[in-house]
Amino acid sequence: MVDNFLLLVQNPNFALDVVLNGLLAGAIFALAAYGMSLVWGVLNIVNIVQGELVVLGGYIAYAALSHGVPAYAALPVSALAMFAIGWGLYYTVIFRVVDKDLFISILATFGLSIVIQQLTNTIFGSDVRSFDTGLGSFYMLDGAVTVAWIKVIAFVLAMVSGGVLWLFLRHARLGQAIRATAQNPRAAHILGINTDRVYAMTYGLNGALCGAAGSLAVMAWTIHPYIGLPYTVRSFMIVVVAGLGNVGGVVVAGLSLGALENVAGFVLGAEYQIAFVFTLMVLILVWRNWRAARRRTYLS
Amino acid sequence: MIDPVLDRLRKTPEWLVLVVLGLVSLAAPFIMPGLVTQLAFLWLMVVFAQTWDVLGGQLGYNSFGNVIFFGIGCYATAVMQRDSGLPYFDALTLGLLLSALLALVAALVFGAALLGIRGHYFAIATLGLGIAAGELAAGWDYIGAGSGMSLPLFPGELGSRELFFYFVMLAIAAVCFLTLRWLYGTRFGLAMNAIRDDEDKAEAMGLHTTAIKTVAWAISAVFLGLAGGVAGNMLGFIDPRDVAFSGATFGVWMVLMAILGGKGTLWGPVIGAIVFHITKELFWTYLLGWQRVALGVLIVLIVLFFPQGIMGWLADRRRARAGGAA
Repeated sequence: MVDNFLLLVQNPNFALDVVLNGLLAGAIFALAAYGMSLVWGVLNIVNIVQGELVVLGGYIAYAALSHGVPAYAALPVSALAMFAIGWGLYYTVIFRVVDKDLFISILATFGLSIVIQQLTNTIFGSDVRSFDTGLGSFYMLDGAVTVAWIKVIAFVLAMVSGGVLWLFLRHARLGQAIRATAQNPRAAHILGINTDRVYAMTYGLNGALCGAAGSLAVMAWTIHPYIGLPYTVRSFMIVVVAGLGNVGGVVVAGLSLGALENVAGFVLGAEYQIAFVFTLMVLILVWRNWRAARRRTYLS
Repeated sequence: MIDPVLDRLRKTPEWLVLVVLGLVSLAAPFIMPGLVTQLAFLWLMVVFAQTWDVLGGQLGYNSFGNVIFFGIGCYATAVMQRDSGLPYFDALTLGLLLSALLALVAALVFGAALLGIRGHYFAIATLGLGIAAGELAAGWDYIGAGSGMSLPLFPGELGSRELFFYFVMLAIAAVCFLTLRWLYGTRFGLAMNAIRDDEDKAEAMGLHTTAIKTVAWAISAVFLGLAGGVAGNMLGFIDPRDVAFSGATFGVWMVLMAILGGKGTLWGPVIGAIVFHITKELFWTYLLGWQRVALGVLIVLIVLFFPQGIMGWLADRRRARAGGAA
């Protein structure tokens, strides 16, 4: 552990490699977190099934790619399919928990996450999947820093997908309706907005974001049925750190988490990387609550 | 049709129910010798549901990480049995004591750190805690890392092992039930319910809310730790992610059973655990390969359509029959 740390300190080039690859992964975390903050802000639901939607999007992209769909079409295919799945999930399960107690929505989405996790496990198998786009890598600083092109492309596409949604929410009529509903659902309803449809749309858009994130994850990294919950927890922690509705904060927190996680994975050993993610989330919550307690409030 | 039976049950004094239930559970392994292990697991489920309900039902704090105390119990007993070099039963007894002690300490530490957090932040923090513990155990070589630990062989003759652990587990479940039954009737129990109903007011009335929550969590942790030590021995093998810190099975089951029976009641978790365990054992074999999908669907269905639980449903029914507005 200490050796690994010294290795990083003594080889700045190598440290750059670890940090850079982490930052690139962070874009995917930020994309999933943006979707979670959207659902949280509009529907007031902490969507525990978020990570499973990312994984499911990844499997849809993987299935499409292995059936001959070209790599550039994987993201739109997966995003569209996941939009439909998100829409469907809203009208089967989510609409029943929208105005319920938070515990009900957490437990219901947790149940959904088990369903999707086990379905992907049964249908696609528990193997680690990754689709090789064959784009190769580029090298910097005499080969000390290796970055796969696909990771750079994934980074850019993640930012573009998030940006498109951001513009949509800012300028389109439906986007404005979504933001109005987030501010005050009752007033929005009185002013003629069909809030139920807005909720369905929001959940569908969240699905599309997860689909985009998943398709990029399967091309640039790997997926398997059991990495859903880590994605959920990452998204949750990014939203908690950034604050609801803070897009810039989500990007910064997402990229930082990616870099931090990669460094931690290297220093502590890859087998502790997931443990690091979960422990970090607990520590962030404890720290936030400790800060809140000094102002005589609490985290709730 | 069901109402006369329920009325009969309601009029039966509780001591009689307890005595009959006690006699039945003492005789059960001899009446159904083929099912001793399943019956022992039934008592484990009862302990799970009851201990979850202390925080989840009586205090209104929904924890998804209670399984951490069970896992600590599993490993503490196993390590004691492996390393102490004592005879089997001495090592087991000491191991169970260590399990209870470590679970207690863990609950006090985590409680002090986490129990100031409220609502869904608390739920998710505990979810993270449980999984982090499993992942850490899976990387720690001293306790067998990802490949888990095997427990020593039971020294008695064939079949006596199942019977022995059945009675140990029954004892834990019974003591747990009686302790909680007593606890819910004390001022401490009232304080717990006050916190559930309105924590700010409870605090303003002078209750030390975080201390009360932590003590309540520690009480459930002790029983979970003991149950973990025994369950590890019943299974003969512990694995960090699928047995000891298994958030997707035991960890969710305890929540589900308490809700199914009725949160915040004494008998609800017991009934929920019995109903859930019997249903699970009956249907599991027919759903080969799909049982975990079915479990997820079951969680969603119960949460969406039956959140008040069996006890809540009975109360509604009684109210409706009495002519009052439900």
